[in-house]
Amino acid sequence: MDQLLINPNYPHILSTLIFLPLAGALLLLFVQNEYFARYWALGISALTAILSLPLVSAFDTTSAKFQFAEQYNWVDSLNIQYVIGVDGISILLVMLTTLIMPLCILASWSYIKTRVQAFMICLLIMETAMLGVFMALDFVLFYILWEAMLIPMYLLIGIWGGPRKIYASIKFFLYTLAGSIMLLVGIIWLYKTNNYSFFIPDMMWQNYSLTAQVYLFLAFFLAFAIKVPMFPFHTWLPAAHVEAPTAGSVILASVLLKMGTYGFLRFALPITPAATTLLMPYVLWLSIAGIIYGGFTALAQQDMKKLIAYSSVGHMGFVTLGIFVLNLEGIEGAILQMINHGITTGALFLCVGMIYERTHSRELRSATGVGKYMPIYVTFLAFFSLSSFGFPGTNSFVGEFMILAGTFKHSTTLALAAIPGAVLAAAYMLRMLQKIIWGGTDNPDQSWLNDLNMREIITLCPFLFFVFWIGLGPQPFIDLMHISIVNLLDQFHAHQGQAVAAAELILH
Amino acid sequence: MQFLPELTLLGAGLVIFLVSLGKTDADKIKTIAIGLGGAVFVATLLSLCQRGTLFFDSYKVDFYSQIFKTLIAGAMLVVLILGRKLKDIKSAVHPEYYLFMFMSVLGLMMLVSSVELLAIFVALELSSFAVYIMVPMRDDSGNYRFQMEAGIKYLLFGVTATGFMLFGMSYMFGLTGSTQLTVVVAALSQMYTQPAAIVAIMMVLAGFFYKLAIFPFHFWVPDVYEGASNETTAFIASVPKLAAVALLIRLVSMITGEGQIIVNILMVCAVLSMFYGNLSALVQTDLKRMLGFSGIAHAGFVLLGLLTFQISGYANALYYIIGYVVMNLACFLVICSVSSNGENVQISDLNGLHKRSPLLALTLAVALFALAGIPPFVGFMGKFMLLAGALKQGYLLLVILAAINTAIAIFYYLSVIRVTFCSDPDNSNSISSGLFTNATSIVLMLIIVIMGVVPQQFVDLATSAVKSIR
Repeated sequence: MDQLLINPNYPHILSTLIFLPLAGALLLLFVQNEYFARYWALGISALTAILSLPLVSAFDTTSAKFQFAEQYNWVDSLNIQYVIGVDGISILLVMLTTLIMPLCILASWSYIKTRVQAFMICLLIMETAMLGVFMALDFVLFYILWEAMLIPMYLLIGIWGGPRKIYASIKFFLYTLAGSIMLLVGIIWLYKTNNYSFFIPDMMWQNYSLTAQVYLFLAFFLAFAIKVPMFPFHTWLPAAHVEAPTAGSVILASVLLKMGTYGFLRFALPITPAATTLLMPYVLWLSIAGIIYGGFTALAQQDMKKLIAYSSVGHMGFVTLGIFVLNLEGIEGAILQMINHGITTGALFLCVGMIYERTHSRELRSATGVGKYMPIYVTFLAFFSLSSFGFPGTNSFVGEFMILAGTFKHSTTLALAAIPGAVLAAAYMLRMLQKIIWGGTDNPDQSWLNDLNMREIITLCPFLFFVFWIGLGPQPFIDLMHISIVNLLDQFHAHQGQAVAAAELILH
Repeated sequence: MQFLPELTLLGAGLVIFLVSLGKTDADKIKTIAIGLGGAVFVATLLSLCQRGTLFFDSYKVDFYSQIFKTLIAGAMLVVLILGRKLKDIKSAVHPEYYLFMFMSVLGLMMLVSSVELLAIFVALELSSFAVYIMVPMRDDSGNYRFQMEAGIKYLLFGVTATGFMLFGMSYMFGLTGSTQLTVVVAALSQMYTQPAAIVAIMMVLAGFFYKLAIFPFHFWVPDVYEGASNETTAFIASVPKLAAVALLIRLVSMITGEGQIIVNILMVCAVLSMFYGNLSALVQTDLKRMLGFSGIAHAGFVLLGLLTFQISGYANALYYIIGYVVMNLACFLVICSVSSNGENVQISDLNGLHKRSPLLALTLAVALFALAGIPPFVGFMGKFMLLAGALKQGYLLLVILAAINTAIAIFYYLSVIRVTFCSDPDNSNSISSGLFTNATSIVLMLIIVIMGVVPQQFVDLATSAVKSIR
């Protein structure tokens, strides 16, 4: 257990973050008052966000260990433990989750009109599960939270969603669950092989046989690639995004998708390094396919939510590209891009939600030419759209730049293949922006639209703040993850060597 | 004291019999029945720590049997509470209905203590015949004759299975010269390679496979579940399964030698049960029928624990069947409450249940998510431990097939949850469930969650129960 670092100043900070929203949700079960439910959920999630701030200030950026660790026995007969901790890979995702939740609740303030308490309970339980997934260091704990998350998300889409909510919610549930079934078998196999322990850090860098690694990698890949979603497994995403309520879309885009890429970094690379090396080219080209495919499909969409959903496929393609080029720039860029995508796409979904609340349509056609009547709104939208296609000075520029730099280092062909994706992103985002702000001569009458109210401006401001902070000064964010990534890559190359030798042995 | 639960049951049966002689109104009888059920439950709790053997060593009272008796009594009490209106049973036969239920439970309680072949047979028949009669007791005034068909099917299949078992027992006696389980098993362990021994064991197991509805002995399940009244189905789907698993564990745990052929047969049965149950459940529209098929699949999972031939495996199977019974009872509680006149509940009848009764909708959702094996509920923990145990023994392919089944099963559970939560009610009359029912549903939900979140104590309990067999 020497991979854990216990911080004596904050002995229970992670558990507090996990259980505070759950406790808040349980209390809401007994509340009938809708106003109270809104304020209560906002208060709880804001408190969680504030309590999570010391994580950053007290994080030791010189250590690659899991910090703020807590460890308790849970099920002795199976040696399942409650172990949590954060390292450079997960801390930014934890922060993203805690900070985005209050904004999600603000965004649903007037959007959700029916069964408000139930909605808030679902959101708070989601927060518990999402934080737990990023912190869990016991594979069973991870899997439980990973699966348990499906229930509130299913209900969010299925109850408060759009017209095709039932189709979307079931597709989402089945896809994710079916994908992670083989992960469960993989977990039990690792448990048996690792002397009956579910402790994740002990499973890493173990030199399993290449065949076992390949099977494990495939099990991981199926679960995580569906969650990301990577190109051939992406079909649940547009459906779920389009039908989900705004807060659901934001959570889905900002946090849930990151669990797939987080899974690759946390499990696939350290547990199956040899298989990763072996199968890397295929994953890279799938990423390229996703980037190009997402870009072209987004270009053709008339539905704003669908457009952003397909743009997510492209952006997440960049993230997997960065991860699997397996060098420092690539992976750091990938993590940064995970955060960027969370901020930018989350904000874009909020923007679409705000226009939907007014016009009750997600059609691009019905939202044309609102620039004249909603100047504040289109200002925000313009910044987020620029950020989305990686305009210099915004956050995505930094992330995509690092990923492409890493890709060039790995292979010029691959990098050249990814470039059109960046161009496509500009094309579809500018197309949407142009239509919404100016439109054409046949704009519907938009004069009755009210511009953003104070609550909506407050919701969007933090996103804008981070867009520019990461865009102009990304160093603090990179510092947080740097040592962990360096350590990951060092270990990876050490074990990759043996793996390549083994692979050659098999081939000859 | 050692025989207290059984005596209490017998007394309860007599009281009900006396009541049935006079003319009593339905309300009173239901109160009496629930009271007696409570008394039986208390009696089982009181005799939880009794140890000993009775009736010339054919009846063993150990921790294992006592814990099963408590579970059986508890499950019966829940069935009595959730079916306390007996909506679809003619009020004239209510006392007889309760009488047969008590007799059946008496048989099941004797079954879990029996360690002698003939005692097992007698107890099994006592429990079965009472249920054979309970099935056709459904009211036939509405030209609704399915219950007769169901009753006959149940009887014929049951008798056939018992015939198999008796035949197997005769082989056992012929091979070993004794009917005492301990002697039989000790002698059989010398001859596991002989086909006669394997046939004998498989035939005896078949009798319990029938009760538990494992693949080739499951054919009665859908029709009986559909044809019997909701309360009867709730009983059939829960209480006898406990006893069947109890006896299966008792039998299987005594197999010590080279049992590879038996393992292979059990494996095939387990996989076929899962696939057959889950694939058939996908297309059902009747909720009880769907639960019947899902029960077949779950029985396959229980076998996963038995075929490890490890104490931990038996404990997992025990934990799983307890969890299954609780989840199932929660589902039937909702079915019995939703069904206004005791008619069968179609899945579409649950439309918008969340508006008609939020608590029932929540209970159903928790129970179904748990049955589907989604964490943090008991169904997930049970499945996880069974899979881990089977993989520990090296049955990788079996574990993969079982895992695939979990994915298939999600769909039909989810489609029920979908209509409950995501659609609007066709008829808006809200369902009023009594205080008793509400309290029971909350208790069941709590058990489902607590067993799933802190499984350690329950597994320890199950392990110590299984250990006490020897």
